[in-house]
Amino acid sequence: MNLFCIGLSHHTADVATREQFAGGATTESILRQTSCAEALFLTTCNRVEVYAVSDRRISTDEIARCLMRKIDGDSHNYAPSFYRYEADKCVQHLFRVASGLDSMVVGESEIFGQTKKAYEMARQSGAAGPYLHRLFQRAFRVAKQVRTHTDIARGAVSVGSVAVDLAQRIFGKLSECKVLVLGAGETSERTARALISRGVSDLRVSNRSADRACQLAQAVGGRAIPFDQWAAQCSEIDILITSTASETPLLTREKLAPMLRERLDRPLFIIDIAVPRDVDPSVNEMEGVYLYDIDSLRSVAEQSLALRRHQVAAAEAIITEHVADFLDSISRGLNRPSQIVDHPSPGETSLRTSEL
Amino acid sequence: MDRYLLIVSTICFLAAVVHTAVELRVGVFRPMRFNFFAVGLGFIFQTAFLSLRGHALGRCPLTNLFEVFVFLAWSVSLMYMLVGPLYRLSLMGAFTAPLVVLLQSFALIAPIDVRHSVNVPANPWVEFHASISTVAYGAFALACIAGVMYLVQERQLKTHQLHSIFYHLPPLTDLFATITRLLWWGLGLYTLGIVSGFFTGHPLPRVQVVAAIGVWLLYATILQGRHLPWLAPKWVAALCIVGFSVALALLWGITFTAEMRPPP
Repeated sequence: MNLFCIGLSHHTADVATREQFAGGATTESILRQTSCAEALFLTTCNRVEVYAVSDRRISTDEIARCLMRKIDGDSHNYAPSFYRYEADKCVQHLFRVASGLDSMVVGESEIFGQTKKAYEMARQSGAAGPYLHRLFQRAFRVAKQVRTHTDIARGAVSVGSVAVDLAQRIFGKLSECKVLVLGAGETSERTARALISRGVSDLRVSNRSADRACQLAQAVGGRAIPFDQWAAQCSEIDILITSTASETPLLTREKLAPMLRERLDRPLFIIDIAVPRDVDPSVNEMEGVYLYDIDSLRSVAEQSLALRRHQVAAAEAIITEHVADFLDSISRGLNRPSQIVDHPSPGETSLRTSEL
Repeated sequence: MDRYLLIVSTICFLAAVVHTAVELRVGVFRPMRFNFFAVGLGFIFQTAFLSLRGHALGRCPLTNLFEVFVFLAWSVSLMYMLVGPLYRLSLMGAFTAPLVVLLQSFALIAPIDVRHSVNVPANPWVEFHASISTVAYGAFALACIAGVMYLVQERQLKTHQLHSIFYHLPPLTDLFATITRLLWWGLGLYTLGIVSGFFTGHPLPRVQVVAAIGVWLLYATILQGRHLPWLAPKWVAALCIVGFSVALALLWGITFTAEMRPPP
């Protein structure tokens, strides 16, 4: 039996190439057109991969032809974009993919759900047999362990999610936080929605155009505040999101100082995503005020990415350990296919490492 | 024999410190269970030490500076065991362990384990007064540790430089709430300790009374000061550190002067 993975990803192919192969095949069509014993088709926006088990060696070109969307297309033109992993390399690759190490944004968790979905589809159609079952079950375990035992998924990596993440680091539960959105731009709306999804219930919107403020307030389940009254809200609110088109700073130390006196020990988190900035940078020097502009949010996102990259070595160590253990358990005949298949055929042997 | 128990206990706390240092060095900060178990094990050995010493003395082991330091370290661990899981502050173990290592190492190394011949029988009021006051110091020590954690978190948020530890520290508002609770606990226990001191039946040395009231006033001021608009939470956290340093120095002074006095 040969276990292998053939595919292309954002590492090897651009989106134009990837879209030539995404959605052109199904697990069933791969099984039908090749002589694989088992197959699983994983397709996401960043990768198109086939994991399969077969008695004979199946060429990369054969799989590429199955995947091609255009029947008359020449798969040879795309050959350099394809990679092929066999046996232990295939196991390692799948563990890396499921753990998010091979993703464009290292540590992202979406791939885990996509892999699970692909496996579920293959299982339901009967395309995934005992070998792929064991392999993917182990991959899911490894991915969970990597997430639990390393910081690979720590920290937000997009501007909107960084703002929400920081809010949680300051206030803990966001359900009791009062938020004011100043300026009804697209980014502030996205950030406001992200905060609502994390439990914020008291949301106020203020905009130069009262109509737009009402519109956004209605859309996000908040309430509109007249633009000439927004400053007075600063003594009550916990989070301020600003993104107006003002040419001069709307909030300065002098304006904020009297309002801070009424706040006592409650911090104020200001997210200034306007360019030019709505809030004077010196506001960040005030006690209990945490000001983040678009650059500092980006910088935090980059730090999170750097932190994740720093964790790759620790994650790789866990994966290497599991690859060895997985191959060892197979070679020792543990987790025999007979434990998974209801009626194993007589003389069915466990998968040997050499066979992989 | 009892000193060996204390050495083992110190090693347990040291393991938590080393574990944290190694993880910080490689950039993977995962306090999780290790610190809690290391501190827990250290606490068991501390308790065993104090129990043995107490039986040998026939009274609460607070008869010299050495025992006071160990009892204080035990109180810090006790408070952590109570507060840590309750407020999901597993990381506090990483900050608690170095303080306990310092206290116990000093107690073990410095020649302060001087046995005094105590001729008077154990007075339950004196024992209660001394032990409850030391446990209150444990709460103040933990407030000091929470203060350090607050300042670390605050600094990272202000400078926009977030390190691995940032994602493991509790939110700022939670930390401040913990500081406040610990200060209330400490002040309550300390008040109990001071009041019980007046029931001992012995005249209390003036210097001890003044120092005790000074510490009480200091913490009462910090607790009330947090309602003042100009005293930001950051300064309350900093005052917890200053307050504990002052209180510790006074505790040393009080115990030292008590040891200098001729036994009753």
